[in-house]
Amino acid sequence: MHAITVKDLHKNYGEVEALKGINLTVEEGEIFGLIGPDGAGKTSLIRILTSLLFASSGESSVLGLDPAKDHKKLRSVIGYMPGRFSLYQDLTVEENLTLFASLFETTIEENYHLIKDIYGQIEPFKTRRAGALSGGMKQKLALSCAMIHKPEILFLDEPTTGVDPVSRKEFWEMLRKLNDEGLTIFVSTPYMDEANQCNRIALIQEGQIMGVDTPEHITNQFDRPLYAISGTNKFGMMQALKEFEHAHSVFSFGSVIHYSDNRGSIATKEIKDFLQKQGFEDCSIEETQPGIEDTFMALMTAHD
Amino acid sequence: MRTILFLVRKEFLQVFRNKGMLPIIFVMPVIQLMVLSFAADFEIRNLKYYWIDKDQSEASRLLRNKLDASGYFILSGTSMNTEDANLALEDGVTDLVFEIPADFERDLIRESRSSIQLNVNAIDGSKAGLGTFYANQIVQDLAQELRTEYLSRLKFEPVKFQQINTTYSFWFNESLNYKTFMVPGILVMLVTMIGAFISAMNIVREREVGTIEQLNVTPIKKHQFIIGKLLPLWVIGLFEFTIGLIVARIVFGITSEGSLMVLYTFASIYIVMVLGLGMFISTFTETQQQAMFISWFFLVIFLLMGGLFTAIENMPQWAQTITLFNPVRYFIEVVRLVMLKGAGFWDIRSQFLVIASYAFVINSLAVWNYKKVA
Repeated sequence: MHAITVKDLHKNYGEVEALKGINLTVEEGEIFGLIGPDGAGKTSLIRILTSLLFASSGESSVLGLDPAKDHKKLRSVIGYMPGRFSLYQDLTVEENLTLFASLFETTIEENYHLIKDIYGQIEPFKTRRAGALSGGMKQKLALSCAMIHKPEILFLDEPTTGVDPVSRKEFWEMLRKLNDEGLTIFVSTPYMDEANQCNRIALIQEGQIMGVDTPEHITNQFDRPLYAISGTNKFGMMQALKEFEHAHSVFSFGSVIHYSDNRGSIATKEIKDFLQKQGFEDCSIEETQPGIEDTFMALMTAHD
Repeated sequence: MRTILFLVRKEFLQVFRNKGMLPIIFVMPVIQLMVLSFAADFEIRNLKYYWIDKDQSEASRLLRNKLDASGYFILSGTSMNTEDANLALEDGVTDLVFEIPADFERDLIRESRSSIQLNVNAIDGSKAGLGTFYANQIVQDLAQELRTEYLSRLKFEPVKFQQINTTYSFWFNESLNYKTFMVPGILVMLVTMIGAFISAMNIVREREVGTIEQLNVTPIKKHQFIIGKLLPLWVIGLFEFTIGLIVARIVFGITSEGSLMVLYTFASIYIVMVLGLGMFISTFTETQQQAMFISWFFLVIFLLMGGLFTAIENMPQWAQTITLFNPVRYFIEVVRLVMLKGAGFWDIRSQFLVIASYAFVINSLAVWNYKKVA
């Protein structure tokens, strides 16, 4: 049985089509990443799967349960961590956890082993109000609250948005550990670099899934050699490259420019000559491995 | 049951940690009750009158003495000229003008009737009404005295007059103390306001802050959530009512004639109704601000048409009909009936019935409109 199956799922908010026919399957025990920019429909999809929102049409099933009909049963077997911190800021760490444990008809003691690694880190602050915690600690508390009832599948909506890089790394380590113990994880994120942490990812844009695969395979979909170009006037070079007759794609990627050519493999010298002729003297160019971002940008462009 | 208990505990923790909430619950009602009760005094004293005496007779002099002695009137000026008086009235120097016509005494005695012209500044309606009423009483009184005296001076045996005296006795509030009358009403106002506000704001707050999202994915049932929300607020509502009763007793010396049991039973049902109203408002609002304004809309109508500030009997017929749908009206009636008149369950059964039905309907609407799945 699949952990999640989604068939031709649509969601409309009045005139706006948020989801335009989503098809997905998530296997048990995997970390499934939903990657896409803001407004792509990630939150709508997660809210439908967690029974917080009704779909306009289409089918979905989570652990064999229909979120629209069996929401009562479903809610006791799933964990959900919303994108926005949704615990009680005026209650302490411990009071929040106790409350959610009791709402799921369990106790902290009973399931302490599940959250020991995560909750252990914030336990010294258990008498502090949740509102006074740092971003990383809030996140750990939210994860503890979502895990306290031993869910079989965990939904996380942009868990790392607005969290510092160190906490983000820690957080993913925690997710990996939970996953090693057999938990299925469905996570959405706008950060492409987090995709590599997932077993499989789906790229979502404007309410449509553009591709589902392992991060490695997605990267391999990028079938052209890719070149990283750097120089002092990055913006000027990008403008110039876009005018170049053989340019296939030109994207800014951190401090460098990722360039692919519509002739496939080329001599790097040709590009360098072209740029120098345009007046960009101090440029360097070398071949590089495409990442998920590159694939995503390529897919997006192809889609347009 | 355990779930509800935990929700109730959570609500109380939140209320007691909310720095804005505590004064609203503990201090505001006491201040309001005191300020409003002392300010809402409808008794009128020291009405300023202007005196135009064109008769200059024994009778007119007596009338003026009576006016001065009554305690209700203070002389603001005299003149023989109506123009001056009108000017004084326009400038607000005086509240009313007595104009005694030239043949006042003669008409009063011979024809047993006379007329005085009374001009009243009616910008303040209740002042004008009461002023006219007092003046009328005093003139009637004088007429009666003068006629008796005149007839007794005649040589022949006086006919036995059947003297008709109008005397007043204000039942249930003998000294016509407005505080006795106002305090119970203001108490109702407080319970209504606080109940409706805290319930509307509290539930909307969860939505606005986003905590409802995390609650909604737990397997708690709708009834658990609602009871968990309303039970603590209900306790707070009854607590408010108790504070109010204590203040009424200590500060104003008002004790209940009727049984507190009756009062509390009615208050319990009434608070369920008020909380239901707040909850209903919260089901179709997204932010605390919206909830606040919509609550105000209802509360202003309910409170101003509850019979506290304007007697329902003085309203036009259509407005009286509207007040039949106003829960505040019934609670004010009940509180006055029980506290001042000592009414028992049987006497207020119709109010019980109305409020219980109201509570049932509004709560059903709220529950029906409250969707756990958005």
